Amino acid sequence: MNRIEQKLQEDKKILSIYFSAGYPNLNDTVQIIQDLEKSGIDMIEIGLPFSDPLADGPTIQASSTTALENGMGSEILFEQLKDIRKTVSIPLVIMGYFNPMLQYGVEAFCAKCAEIGIDGLIIPDLPVDVYADEYKATFDKYGLINVFLITPQTSDERIRFIDSVSNGFIYMVSSASVTGSSAGFGSTQEDYFKRIADLNLKNPQIVGFGINNAETFKQATQYAKGAIIGSAFITHLKENGSSKIADFVKAIR
Amino acid sequence: MSYNVDEKGYYGQFGGAYIPEMLYPNVEELRQQYLKITAEPEFKAEFDQLLKDYVGRPSPLYFAKRLSEKYNTKIYLKREDLNHTGAHKINNTIGQILVAKKLGKKRIIAETGAGQHGVATATVCALMGLECIVYMGEIDIQRQAPNVARMKMLGATVRAALSGSRTLKDATNEAIRDWINNPVDTHYIIGSAIGPHPYPDMVTRFQSVISEEIKWQLKEKEGRENPDYVIACIGGGSNAAGTYYHFLHEPEVGIIAVEAAGKGIHSGHSAATSKLGKVGIIHGCKTLLMQTPDGQITEPYSISAGLDYPGVGPMHAHLAETGRAEFFSVTDDDAMKAGLELCKLEGIIPAIESSHALAVLNDKKFKPEDVVVISLSGRGDKDLNTYIDHFNF
Repeated sequence: MNRIEQKLQEDKKILSIYFSAGYPNLNDTVQIIQDLEKSGIDMIEIGLPFSDPLADGPTIQASSTTALENGMGSEILFEQLKDIRKTVSIPLVIMGYFNPMLQYGVEAFCAKCAEIGIDGLIIPDLPVDVYADEYKATFDKYGLINVFLITPQTSDERIRFIDSVSNGFIYMVSSASVTGSSAGFGSTQEDYFKRIADLNLKNPQIVGFGINNAETFKQATQYAKGAIIGSAFITHLKENGSSKIADFVKAIR
Repeated sequence: MSYNVDEKGYYGQFGGAYIPEMLYPNVEELRQQYLKITAEPEFKAEFDQLLKDYVGRPSPLYFAKRLSEKYNTKIYLKREDLNHTGAHKINNTIGQILVAKKLGKKRIIAETGAGQHGVATATVCALMGLECIVYMGEIDIQRQAPNVARMKMLGATVRAALSGSRTLKDATNEAIRDWINNPVDTHYIIGSAIGPHPYPDMVTRFQSVISEEIKWQLKEKEGRENPDYVIACIGGGSNAAGTYYHFLHEPEVGIIAVEAAGKGIHSGHSAATSKLGKVGIIHGCKTLLMQTPDGQITEPYSISAGLDYPGVGPMHAHLAETGRAEFFSVTDDDAMKAGLELCKLEGIIPAIESSHALAVLNDKKFKPEDVVVISLSGRGDKDLNTYIDHFNF
């Protein structure tokens, strides 16, 4: 069983963290992953930076740009992570846009992920139908979970289709926004969280976008299995460097 | 072979809709509706009437006598420069604003580089009384102050794209992010034959009025519908797509595409995507684009802001791959000379984009009896400062 599936069977709410690999400094990646695990984080999304991150707000755009300026890229990330499984045992997911993976070669990318011990991928601009037709067999061959997004605008019918081709979990985008919104959750979100919970999908849902503190984490996980924090953690890194990661995590739960 | 889009939204291997799930409902709605809406008789009637009375179509097909003498062939200019707002861009914005109205959208967003598409969008929004927000790179806002003023006069809000290289590519990213943040009431008017399916096909269809007119105009003047060659400049490729559309499946018509070589194809300052690009994903479609080996999109360069785009529409990528179109690239210097030559020989000041198409006359030899149609995509008023700087007038 894939580490993601194992983790999701645990009787607890999942707290997952996203950060841009190579940020704030090129060689911080491994240390940040290790510190996050020590701080009790359940799963990590390692952002592979891209020049044109369409779904990201200013915070993640800026950390991606810095990471690229630092020299981050697919080859370097794989090199940094080659021994990661000697020290880290929680699920690791690479999150990035499709073009860098396409240039690396989708099969080569998947093979490398499997070799290192990456458990899954999140590729916001790889549509589910293209994945199902062209790439699912490759992901399956390497035992990788590909995670899909749903949003408040996604129809029930499409959610069921996405659920049917997914394994692991469904990434539930909290609201109609790019990453890094800090408006908090109101009744619209609560209705949406409830609506999705009532669909009784086969895959658990993890909420992302707009989770930035203990309160939004609690709201998001009232109905869902877990939540992902990205921009708020990157802001913490920006202000505190890669020290004090434990403080950030403690403040969330 | 078909050069049109297939049912799945591809031209050969190019095209598709590589978009985040947040955009899916809007793009899917458009995909399901665009052919239906544009086929309705009332839509067609309103579109045709606006093109005629508001844009000023048909645009003339002008026999350029002195230019023809100089190059010893028969050259016709398709005068898109005479359209309202000064370029072909308005054909598409008229079409899309009517689609947006049909879809019940209240708010229009657009991206712009030099400002021509931004002005064309602001114009149709004023015409229809819809809110208009135009994203423009911070650097382009500085370079194109008169067009920024025009958009503001027309009632649009111009928002600076502050991310990345702060030019057209980043303005497009910001427009897409706006659409993600406003998924219900907003329509995104893309200005070029790029983006996720159905945009490249929809934009091409609205621009195809150009080649539709060339056919009957040429019939009147030459007694035949098909020229020997059609020539157009290509950035994203909306003018070219419209100029080629009705000739794509006429094998006797040679199709010539002209990209911006900037300071030279291998100078590191170029926008010659067909020569420098590799297959990849940009702004929601699979096409040829300029990128690093690691898949990061690189910044193009051209003296012409309208050709300064790191990708090319998927239809054109397919035309390049299949060899249906012959691709040329023209440097800044050669384009500027060709533009000035048209001023002196014909009394027409062309947009620098169009000047790239004209410059091919020096690179390719045509026979005296050849009928060559060059699409004059826009007028050069917006480029006066660039011409002045280049030639030290």
